[in-house]
Amino acid sequence: MSDPMAEIRASFFIECEELLESLQDGLQTMDDGDTDPETINIVFRAVHSIKGGAGAFGLDNLVHFAHRLESAMDEVRTGRFHPDGEAIRLFFTCADVLGDLVRAARDDDTVSSDVTDPVLEKLEKLVGVEEEAEEDLDFTPTTLSLDFGDDMALPTLPDLSALPTPEPDPADAPLPGGKGFTIFFKPDPALYLSGNEPLYLFRTLRDLGDLTVTCHTTALPTLDQIDAATGHLSWTLTVHTEESEQAVREVFEFVDGLCQLDITPFATVPSATLPFPLTATPFLPPLSPPEQPASTAMLPDPTTVPETLVAKDTAVRVKPVETPPSESSAPAKPSGTPTQPHATVRVDLERIDRLVNLVGELVINQAMLSQSVTEAGLPPNSPISTGLEEFLQLTRDIQESVMMIRAQPIKSLFQRMGRIVRESSASVGKEVRLHTDGENTEVDKTVIERLADPLTHMIRNAVDHGLESPDKRLAAGKPREGHVTLTAQHRSGRIVIEVSDDGAGINRERVRAKAIEKGLIPTDAQLTDGDIDNLLFLPGFSTAQEISNLSGRGVGMDVVKSSIQALGGRIAITSQEGKGTTFSISLPLTLAVLDGMIVRVANETLVVPLNAILETLTLTQDDVKALGPQAHVVQIRGGFVPLFDLGAELGYRPPQESYVGGIVLLIGQEDGNRAALAVDGIEDQRQVVIKGLEGSYGPVPGIAAATILGDGQIALILDPTDLVSQASGRTRSRPPQHALAG
Amino acid sequence: MSLQVLAVDDSRTMRDMLNLALSSAGFTAHLAEDGVHALEMLEVTEPDVIITDINMPRMDGFRFIDAVRSNDKWSRIPILVLTTESADELKAKARAAGATGWIVKPFDPAKLVKALQMVAG
Repeated sequence: MSDPMAEIRASFFIECEELLESLQDGLQTMDDGDTDPETINIVFRAVHSIKGGAGAFGLDNLVHFAHRLESAMDEVRTGRFHPDGEAIRLFFTCADVLGDLVRAARDDDTVSSDVTDPVLEKLEKLVGVEEEAEEDLDFTPTTLSLDFGDDMALPTLPDLSALPTPEPDPADAPLPGGKGFTIFFKPDPALYLSGNEPLYLFRTLRDLGDLTVTCHTTALPTLDQIDAATGHLSWTLTVHTEESEQAVREVFEFVDGLCQLDITPFATVPSATLPFPLTATPFLPPLSPPEQPASTAMLPDPTTVPETLVAKDTAVRVKPVETPPSESSAPAKPSGTPTQPHATVRVDLERIDRLVNLVGELVINQAMLSQSVTEAGLPPNSPISTGLEEFLQLTRDIQESVMMIRAQPIKSLFQRMGRIVRESSASVGKEVRLHTDGENTEVDKTVIERLADPLTHMIRNAVDHGLESPDKRLAAGKPREGHVTLTAQHRSGRIVIEVSDDGAGINRERVRAKAIEKGLIPTDAQLTDGDIDNLLFLPGFSTAQEISNLSGRGVGMDVVKSSIQALGGRIAITSQEGKGTTFSISLPLTLAVLDGMIVRVANETLVVPLNAILETLTLTQDDVKALGPQAHVVQIRGGFVPLFDLGAELGYRPPQESYVGGIVLLIGQEDGNRAALAVDGIEDQRQVVIKGLEGSYGPVPGIAAATILGDGQIALILDPTDLVSQASGRTRSRPPQHALAG
Repeated sequence: MSLQVLAVDDSRTMRDMLNLALSSAGFTAHLAEDGVHALEMLEVTEPDVIITDINMPRMDGFRFIDAVRSNDKWSRIPILVLTTESADELKAKARAAGATGWIVKPFDPAKLVKALQMVAG
């Protein structure tokens, strides 16, 4: 059996991530000026819960930090401290450090006190919560050991029936001898109202040693005066035990202050002077007493009400407690109880991926079957065709559902960027605010993970290079505070993520000069603004006058671009001088399948992603204009679009003499430009399973991946945008390293 | 019949741990996420004892205890408060709200069992 504590620990760290997320959310809401008390409650609870769980696992560093932060949040919650912008920024930093501590604890790592202490110091200075002396910490981080292995570490309820039950023989009961205590216990009426029950206390006491219970009924009023809720009874208990007085007191912990309690060790008790008063007893009529709130079973036979001290009253035989079957370790399932909201199941990612793969195979299989049916010449209304149609629909549904399992909101990623903005703006002395939108957009888990690095770099770039210093901003008539906006949305079957800043925009003169200096473009190159902007993506390009310690880490935008491309995505840049820059990343919804158009070029079958195709056209004489021997444009509704011959671009055959009557695919690109791809024919439109090529061939320019078609044939999947940019680069004599290979 | 325990805590980790500790000791654990959820559970389960956290969304522990105590059906059910504070003030507050006893988090399973024993047999 797997270790249940290890499982809970793992689930604790997952919960921590959720709590950190709501902590960030709450702080963001506070930062936006929201003063709803529930917001600060959420923030407080998040820290509180992290502390609680951390304590259970003995994560002392985490407990310590969380405790201090919690105290600060408590000051806010109770209205003793009103946080301003600076305070909230500090809270954000605290949340970041708390996140570090959580992850360090998870990975058995440590966070240096050089990181935590200054933050705590600032917190203390700002909020004025002083560090409590460690022993005064309300919270005692006792390490919890839940070892339910072979020997039960848990002292479960003992089998009381096996304990020696005190004999009701008065001669032997209350005469104290050896070690032990004599306890006088008289509950106040309030004790019963608190839900406490003397009987249970006595049972607990019996675990300490031999117990004799004597009930005093002397205070019982006559029946007509009895108040059932009051109790009226008191007890003298003698317990023979080696345990300390403290252990005995602990039994009465919950009723402390709700009763008269005298605990006296045996040795000091002269047997003749028990510490309780004796009063004359009104005699009870021999009726069964009315309902007693406590211990009805312990009511003595009224005929034996004592007159003497030696408590002859009634030695009570305490009923054995039902001992729960301790070997039943199966978690008890509450049957018939309402199901918990948001029930979730944790599944190994590997299993999901296996399912994704199987569904991929299913899609291929389905395609093969469809093809066979078509080739067999069965009419479309035959049962087999309609059945297959339903099968197709089902396959699609299954596929979507499986993809949904892997999808998760991009929010966690966006929140991490909040920290990047805070840290990078602080290190370059800029004031930056991050706005996010579309955080609930769901993206494949792998995509989210692999986006973290490129996105981090882009955010750092935006803060470091995109935004101006506060002084420059003021001089340009902008607010001191710069803005970086991060958005995500679904757009025509793809995820589009944009990083924009309201900075100075790209200085194209400088970029151009730099590119010439580095030999990336010829000195006389004719470049559009868009072309210049795209120079940023060339390997080794850096415009920063001096490498700042922030972005200049040897990672350029070219690395960002290739990371995005590796995800089947594309990146584009738009910039307006003085207004800012926007990077736009477009990603496929899933990494496993895509809707493709099957085309034929020079007897080769290729797949073009459907979402890249704006329209398909058959060219007429009027549509095609030749610009030169190998350069053509297509006229579409008044505009001109460059024409690329797919067969020639891929090296399958020389360019065609004429494209009149040919078929072209109109391709839309991120930067808004269009291109026409000439193909020999369109065969079909269908879903294909992506099979990566990179593992075997490395990145191939213009080619995104491959797939297996219904007839078992292997076909390449094009990356039309890359292909077009490679091809147009070549027509403009780009440096050879960017030319299309082959 | 094992002791039926309704444990209320908004932290999933804490619920997991309570569940483990309770079921390992042979008790039947019913788990609720907050006061509102716990009141719903009370309608369909008959716990012998309730363990509740204080800081919870929707309905906190104090309001939950108050709701339990003011309903005749449930007013006698012992209630243990789970708290990270052992401060006397908080205990007094818990008691004033009608709690029977308290368990200081992080709880020691043995102490949890003992506390349950002290209030519910």
